[in-house]
Amino acid sequence: MKLPSPLQTKQQIKPLLFILCLLPFLWLSYGLQQDFYPDPLKTLTQQTGIWALRLLLLTLCVTPLRKLTAWHALISLRRLLGLFAFFYALLHVTTWVIFEHDFELGGMWHDVLERPYITVGFLSFIGLLPLALTSNNAMIRYLGGQTWQRLHRLVYPIAIGVILHFWWSVKLDIRDPLLYALLLALLLGLRYRRQSKPPSLV
Amino acid sequence: MRKFTIPSIPSSEITPEQLYQERRRFLRHSIETSLGLAALSLAPGLLAAELPPAGAAFADLGKSVHSSQDPLTPYEKVSRYNNFYEFGTDKSDPAYAAKNLVTNPWSLTISGEVAKPGTYTLEDILRPHALEERIYRLRCVEGWSMVIPWVGFPLADLLKRFQPTAKARYVAFETLHDPAQMPGQRDGFSLDWPYVEGLRLDEALHPLTLLAVGLYGKVLPNQNGAPIRLVVPWKYGFKSIKSLVKIHLSAQQPPTSWNKSAPNEYGFYANVNPAVDHPRWSQAKERRIGDFFKRETLPFNGYAAEVAGLYTGMDLRTFF
Repeated sequence: MKLPSPLQTKQQIKPLLFILCLLPFLWLSYGLQQDFYPDPLKTLTQQTGIWALRLLLLTLCVTPLRKLTAWHALISLRRLLGLFAFFYALLHVTTWVIFEHDFELGGMWHDVLERPYITVGFLSFIGLLPLALTSNNAMIRYLGGQTWQRLHRLVYPIAIGVILHFWWSVKLDIRDPLLYALLLALLLGLRYRRQSKPPSLV
Repeated sequence: MRKFTIPSIPSSEITPEQLYQERRRFLRHSIETSLGLAALSLAPGLLAAELPPAGAAFADLGKSVHSSQDPLTPYEKVSRYNNFYEFGTDKSDPAYAAKNLVTNPWSLTISGEVAKPGTYTLEDILRPHALEERIYRLRCVEGWSMVIPWVGFPLADLLKRFQPTAKARYVAFETLHDPAQMPGQRDGFSLDWPYVEGLRLDEALHPLTLLAVGLYGKVLPNQNGAPIRLVVPWKYGFKSIKSLVKIHLSAQQPPTSWNKSAPNEYGFYANVNPAVDHPRWSQAKERRIGDFFKRETLPFNGYAAEVAGLYTGMDLRTFF
């Protein structure tokens, strides 16, 4: 099978991916407007959170997939996935700020300090901020490729934090967080193996 | 005293409410499309097979003085948003997974410290009791709430019939354990089965403690705990055990399911208390299903005037 060329990836696949990434948002908005959900706030919170995690894990799939398939143009899709992960995380946090706390700072601060799952969730979101803000060509030029890359390695602790946040928020059935934890472990494991190989074999 | 008799018509024979409501239009439609008498006799049967079993309505329900004045949570939400882990851990699961639960015949065992233990049919259990409508707030430990018009009778009336002995201090309750009918009970990631709950005898005898057999004037939907369930309005929802098969009176405090699953998170008492947080989330506020913003949670779910006396002298932080 012939892989899409860099131009095809950028001009055809990227717009398609943009629409795909927007679909959960559109579907959720439609569901809320049609009153599909018995507890719409819970659905909104859970769905924005889970899509942020899914997209974050997808960004982590890009590098292993490039090595596996030699479809190097995939890299041009990573920023889109990362920014959409941030978009859903922002919606997730906004829901919490507005509907859990009614903009009340004291209550939010109390939650962040007292509830471990909020603490790690909050830290993960704060960690995403510099990554989102530097996800443009100007910032890469400004920081220099190496610094930029070092900064963006923050994604690993963030992903672990998000998994913990999910795991600790679950009441009883840990299957879903477990599944995502295994996926993350796999993605991190692939990187570890790659790193530990002698350079001549890469 | 008004007596309740179980409807003797099998549920398969009962015309679905929707069809009944639309009977004139349906008739006209049938004749207009000249399908004739054959269609008239066939079509209702065909339609009935596709609709969920319609709940039979109760006649002449008394209104309770204990009813809340809060606006009711719509029937569609009450019957589609259920924590009933026997039918799955997602709140949308039970409405589908419970639809084939066989609730007739049903029997209930009364055992332990009572003068008249035994296993009784549901008909025998219900026969002497007058049913009434009671509108209660329901506060889930997860931080949401509903207002539900239950149909039922005080648990105290039932317990008195079977005469607790002097040794009885607690009442234990048990849900049906039938993995063939309850897919959630075949699930290794869920609770230990059967689901068990318990009350102190004075809590069980309190006039607010209800055995419910219906809601919104009709027989309980399966997903809401048919055919008979407990409702304790001042405690978190998980205390209000569903689809009861056993009531056991004892001298010792019985084990309870959520407490066994996470002892630091769910206590035996589980009284609604905005001042005592769940270890992982706040209990100060709740979202009434249908509202966007949260409201303050009230001590004992707003029933403090009636029940706070049961706990005088107790540290509600220790006995959460």
